[in-house]
Amino acid sequence: MTVQSKLPLTAAETTLVEAFGEQFSYLPGNAGMVTLRDRAVQAIKETGLPTRKVEAWHYTDLRRLLKDVPSHDDAAVATDLDGLVDGTVKLVLNNGKMAGQESVDGLTATSLADALRADVSGVTLSDHGQYDATGLINSAFVTDGFVIKVDDGAEIAGPVELQSLHDGGQVHTRNLVTVGEGAKVTLFDRHAGSDKSVLASNVTELTVRKGAEAMWVTVQEQGETATHLGQLNVTLEEDAKLTLFVINLSGHLVRQEINADVLGEGADLTFRAINLVGGDAHCDVTLSLGHLVPNTNSTETVRSVVTGKGQGVFQGQIRVDQIAQKTDAQMACNTLLLSDDAGFSTKPELEIFADDVVCAHGATVAEIDHNHLFYLMARGISEKTARGLLIKAFVAEIVEELDDEALVEALETRIDTWLEAHG
Amino acid sequence: MLEIKNLHARIAEDGTEIIKGLDLTVKAGEVAAIMGPNGSGKSTLSYILAGREDYEVTDGDILYNGESILEMDPAERAAAGLFLAFQYPMEIPGVATMQFLKVAMNEQRKARGEAELTTPDFIRLVKEAAGTLDISMEMLKRPLNVGFSGGEKKRAEILQMKLLEPKLCVLDETDSGLDIDALKIVADGVNSLRSPDRATIVITHYQRLLDYIVPDTVHVLSKGKIIKTGDKSLAHELEAKGYADIINEAA
Repeated sequence: MTVQSKLPLTAAETTLVEAFGEQFSYLPGNAGMVTLRDRAVQAIKETGLPTRKVEAWHYTDLRRLLKDVPSHDDAAVATDLDGLVDGTVKLVLNNGKMAGQESVDGLTATSLADALRADVSGVTLSDHGQYDATGLINSAFVTDGFVIKVDDGAEIAGPVELQSLHDGGQVHTRNLVTVGEGAKVTLFDRHAGSDKSVLASNVTELTVRKGAEAMWVTVQEQGETATHLGQLNVTLEEDAKLTLFVINLSGHLVRQEINADVLGEGADLTFRAINLVGGDAHCDVTLSLGHLVPNTNSTETVRSVVTGKGQGVFQGQIRVDQIAQKTDAQMACNTLLLSDDAGFSTKPELEIFADDVVCAHGATVAEIDHNHLFYLMARGISEKTARGLLIKAFVAEIVEELDDEALVEALETRIDTWLEAHG
Repeated sequence: MLEIKNLHARIAEDGTEIIKGLDLTVKAGEVAAIMGPNGSGKSTLSYILAGREDYEVTDGDILYNGESILEMDPAERAAAGLFLAFQYPMEIPGVATMQFLKVAMNEQRKARGEAELTTPDFIRLVKEAAGTLDISMEMLKRPLNVGFSGGEKKRAEILQMKLLEPKLCVLDETDSGLDIDALKIVADGVNSLRSPDRATIVITHYQRLLDYIVPDTVHVLSKGKIIKTGDKSLAHELEAKGYADIINEAA
């Protein structure tokens, strides 16, 4: 990793530092938490936001791309959002504050802000060091979130939907989610708000305990001018099974990080991501996955469609520890570029220290197949419709893997809407 | 119905001229066979008729019902009633066959100002047509042509042709890769569409298909031109003598 030399603070960095000065006394947490928050802000002040010289941010020069930061409006109220599918149990964070929760058998959801104030053990504000802009900004400014515990052995009937909503300004939320041993649950994680300028950050710690089975679906559908910094820190224990699905449907500057540690033998991770990038949006999905014990599997598939002047990024790092024999990891990143000005950068990275593993990665960046287009048009399907069918087919393949008809329909509706506007 | 006049065409990418002054007239109700050796321009002609962008027409014209179609894109030509049965139908992962059929039928109807098909009507039409071609509904649940055998792909092409009811059918080497049973099914499908207001162009290398789809006229294509025209006996002559004799004769 190259060290970043000190540069004068940008407008955005200055705003962040000054905002902390105004807000810190209101932010939840005792003196210990204030110290942690202050350390995070000092790190931003001293190191600055990461530039392309920092390897993890090479394709997303945050210092350059984050032009300005809107100010937080504590009184703002976001509009309610219908559930992604009928019958979800909603856990809502409105403008960064817990706004409503329905009760669910086998699951408890409490306020992170309360936990920070009460000094609950195990609840803290962590980050991944001086270049972890997402973690640092979130640690400094987080106002609330959910602490969710799914009881051991509980099978939660319907999907539980976390919503982080805003009406512009700043919104920083953090969720700590533990799926107990042998439990089963589907969680939706939605990020949405009005079209007003926003800096949104979210950090989620997701732990899937021994033998548990979870599906996590992050749906990022922020406004067209939004900056969204997301970070999912995932831990899989023995025989745990997780389907992790991320779909980026909008936003202006989007970075979604996934740090996953496969810590228990027999664990299985299915990671799928879809990025739809149009206009002059920038969308970065960065995955760092560690297989740290023997006999674990993972598959990673990322499909992106980029048009207009959109820029997409996928960094996929898989680390296989020396003891992690019999690891099976398969990563693929496929991209459709629909315009000459669109771009996509992909960096697969395998670090393998074990000798008996099956790991593969592949990446493609292509235009729509002209032979396919001709075939459809030769049947009387207009060019726009034919292109739409082909783009949809490209991303729908991985949506349809999801074993939930209502969810598939909800996601496909959103993909259709995007195609109508950008296809 | 179709009038090709002094057509010259080349590959857009490298400028190689493939069609060099081709004249052909096909009347409504007629089945015309175009035969020729490999590399004579048979498939190129079918693609040019369908409007593929990889080829550039440099001279001449193609009139369909008296009007030039050169400025029309493939979808417009199809909606006007032109159908190309591909020699190598495309496999398109992620596009369900039934969805594709429905979109194609309705887009054509829309282009002609007709009402869209209801789902029950659509399914009834597909079931009827599929039955006669020995196509199972199971096969139609798969993505378009994906994992279809060679014979299944050709039958699926004929299914599309039956459902879209074109006015001018162009069959590009529909017999290639078919065993005799599949050939009969495909030929029956084509014959069932014969009608006084529909024309068919059968492009083939071998005479065999023409035993089942009996042509009214036979045209020999060589080096991008029609060099000889006759009735069905010309096909038998070709089978007996081979292309070389006819080509030498014409030269």
